[in-house]
Amino acid sequence: MTFESVMMIEEISYLLFQLVLLVSFMSAAAYVVFFVSRRDQVRTIARAILMASGLLQTGYIVSRYFLAGYTPITSQHEAVVFFAWSVTWAYLSFRWRYTVKNFGTLVSILVVGLLLVAALVSREVAPLPPALQSHWLPVHAGVAMFSYGFLALAFCGGFMYLVQEWELKSKRLGYFFVRLPSLDSLDQLNRHCLTTGFVFLTLGIITGSLWARQAWGTYWQWDPKETWSLITWLLYAAQMHQRLTVGWRGRRAAIMAIVGFLSVLFTLWGVSFLLGGAHSYAQ
Amino acid sequence: MPSEMIRLFGVNHKTTPLAVREKLALSSGYEEPLSRLAALPGCREVYLLSTCNRVEVLVVAEDGADVDTIIPAFLFGEAVSADKYHEYLFSYQGDDAVHHLFMVAASLDSMIVGEAQILGQIKEAYRHASVGASGPILNKLLHKAFSVAKRVRTETRIGSAAVSISYAAVELARKIFGGLQDKKVLLIGAGEMAELAAENLVGQGVTEVTVANRTLANGVALAKRFRGRAVALDELMVELERADIVISSTGATEVILHRDDLRPIMRARRNRPIFFIDIAVPRDLDPALNELENIFLYDIDDLNNVVEMNKSEREREAISARRIVDEETLKFRAWLDGLAVNPTIAALRRKGEAICRAELERTLPRLGELDDQQRQALEKMTAAICSKFLHDPLCYLKSDDHRDQTAAKIRTTHKVFGLEDDQA
Repeated sequence: MTFESVMMIEEISYLLFQLVLLVSFMSAAAYVVFFVSRRDQVRTIARAILMASGLLQTGYIVSRYFLAGYTPITSQHEAVVFFAWSVTWAYLSFRWRYTVKNFGTLVSILVVGLLLVAALVSREVAPLPPALQSHWLPVHAGVAMFSYGFLALAFCGGFMYLVQEWELKSKRLGYFFVRLPSLDSLDQLNRHCLTTGFVFLTLGIITGSLWARQAWGTYWQWDPKETWSLITWLLYAAQMHQRLTVGWRGRRAAIMAIVGFLSVLFTLWGVSFLLGGAHSYAQ
Repeated sequence: MPSEMIRLFGVNHKTTPLAVREKLALSSGYEEPLSRLAALPGCREVYLLSTCNRVEVLVVAEDGADVDTIIPAFLFGEAVSADKYHEYLFSYQGDDAVHHLFMVAASLDSMIVGEAQILGQIKEAYRHASVGASGPILNKLLHKAFSVAKRVRTETRIGSAAVSISYAAVELARKIFGGLQDKKVLLIGAGEMAELAAENLVGQGVTEVTVANRTLANGVALAKRFRGRAVALDELMVELERADIVISSTGATEVILHRDDLRPIMRARRNRPIFFIDIAVPRDLDPALNELENIFLYDIDDLNNVVEMNKSEREREAISARRIVDEETLKFRAWLDGLAVNPTIAALRRKGEAICRAELERTLPRLGELDDQQRQALEKMTAAICSKFLHDPLCYLKSDDHRDQTAAKIRTTHKVFGLEDDQA
C-alpha cells in the first residue's frame, strides 16, 4: 500500500471509531428512553440505531484489518472493540429469534461501556509479535471473543432475572416489575446464550491448545490465561451439567451466569494485568 | 348550527340506584326504543346507549324543540313520576354533552375506571343508531368518541394494570410463566372464588384444569365446567408434580401444605416454577413456601395490595386521560363551528360569483371581437379580484378565538355583506 492510502485508511478508521462511539451512545440513550417511557416507536428507533452501530463496528474492524494487515484482535483496544462487536451481534442474532422485553436496554449500555473502555486505551497499531503470526490467531481469538459475546448476554439476562424475581418474591411490584420480561423468557435466554457461549468457549480452548502445540510444542502449559480459561470453562460446564441433570434453573442459573461472566472478565483483563504470562501481548 | 342543539340526557350508577335503573333498562333491544325516540318531535338525530350501569340518550334537537320534557318522559316512562326526574337525571348540552360522551367512551366515567367493556358497548349502540337514527353530526361525534377512546388507551396506561384480584393473579402468572398456553391449573377446594380465578386463567389460554376436593362430587361438578378432571384430596402430592398454577380455597382451619412437603416435589418437578395462590381465610398454605426457589406464593392480602397499587396508578393516569378528553372536546367544537360558518361562507362566495358574472355580461359585449383566450383571461381576472377581496372576511369567519363568537361573527358578516337572512 502506498503511503497516501495508508494515511487515508487511518483517517477513515479514526472517524469510524468516533462514529461507532456516538451511534452506540445514541442507541443506549434511545433504549433508556424506551425503558422509561415504554413507547413502542422509541424501541423501533433504538433497534435501528443499534443495528447501525453493529454495522459501523464491523466497518471499523475491517478498516483496522487493512491498516494492520492482520486480524485486529491483539491489542487491548482491538480485543475490547471485538468484544463489543460480538456482544452487539450476538444480541442482534438472538433478537431475531426471541423477543425479550427491554433486554436491549441493558445490552446497549454494556456495549457503550465496552466501547468507552476501548476509547480510553491506546489505539496505536503495533506490529504483530512473531509468536502471533499464524492463521490460528483469527480462529482462536475470534471464537473466544464470540463466546464472550454470548456469555455477556447470559450475564445481562441473569441480572434482569434476579431483579424481576426479587420484585415477585418481595411482592413489591414496582418500577421494574412492569418493565422487565417474564421469568420464563429470561430463563430461556439464559439457556440459549449459555449453550451457544459454552460451545464457542470450548472451541476457543481447543483451538488455543492446537495452536500452542504448533507454536510451543505442547498442548497445555498452565499459562495463567490458560488456567483461568479452564476455570471459567469448568464453572460453565458445572452449570450446564446441573441444568441438564437436576434441572437447575431460575435464580441459581442466573447467579451462575453472573459468576461465570465475572470469571470471563478476569480472564480477559485481570490475568493480563495481574498475572502476566504467554498471553500478555496486549498491554 | 350552534352546538347548543346537541343534548344529552341520562342516568348512571352514580346518580341512580340499581332499583330504578333496572326499570329503565331497555330489555327489548335497541330497534324499538330507537324508532320511538326518532319519532319524537324536534329530534333530528338520535342515539341511545343502554348498559347495566347507564342509560344515555343523545339527540340533535331542532330549534325550539321541547326536548327537556319529552326526553326525560321517554327515558323514565312509567317507572318514575315526573316530579322525581331531577333526582336521578343528568342533562348536558353543547360542549358539556360532547365532553361527557368522550369521558364515557374513554372509560373515565365507569365504575371501574379504565375498564375496556364500555367502548364495545358504545360501538354496539352506535351500530343500531347508524341505521337511520343518527345523522351527519352524531356520526361524526360518535366516530370522534371512538378515536378519543383509542387515543386515551394508547397514550396513557389507564387500562394496563389489573384492578381485580383474579386479573391481578393472571398478571402475576404472566410475569412468571410468560405465555399461559400450555400451563396446568390445579384448584384445591371448589369454592366460588377459586372458580372465578380459574375462569380468568382459562380465558387467558390455560388448557388443563384439575380440581382436588374433599367431597369428590363437588369437585366433579366444578371440573365439568372447565372440562377438567376431579381428583381426591389424597392425590394432591402427585398432582402438585404436574401443576403450574395452584389456587387453594379450602375451608380447612389448618395449613394443608407445608414448606417441607414441597422440597421433594420441587425435585421431582426438576425445579419448574410453580405459582401458588392462596385465597382461603384462614390460609391453606404455609407462608414459608415463598422462601423456596422457583416457588411464588401470593395470599389474598398480597393480591389485594397489588390491586390497590394498580388502582392508584390508574388514578394518576386518569389525570392525563382527562386532558386528552378536554383537548378533543375543543377540537370537536372547532369542527362544529366550521359547520356553523359553512353556509355563510357559501353565501359569500355565491354573492361574489354572481357579481362577477353580472359585470362580465355587461362589459363583454362592449369590447367588440375577443378571441377565446382573451375572454378567459378576463374571466380569470374578475374571479381573482373577487376571491382576493373575500379572503379577509373568510379568514375572519374561520378564525379561532379564545371565546366563542361564531354566532356574532356570522351576524356581522351577514349584515356587512348584505346576505339573505334565511342562511343564518
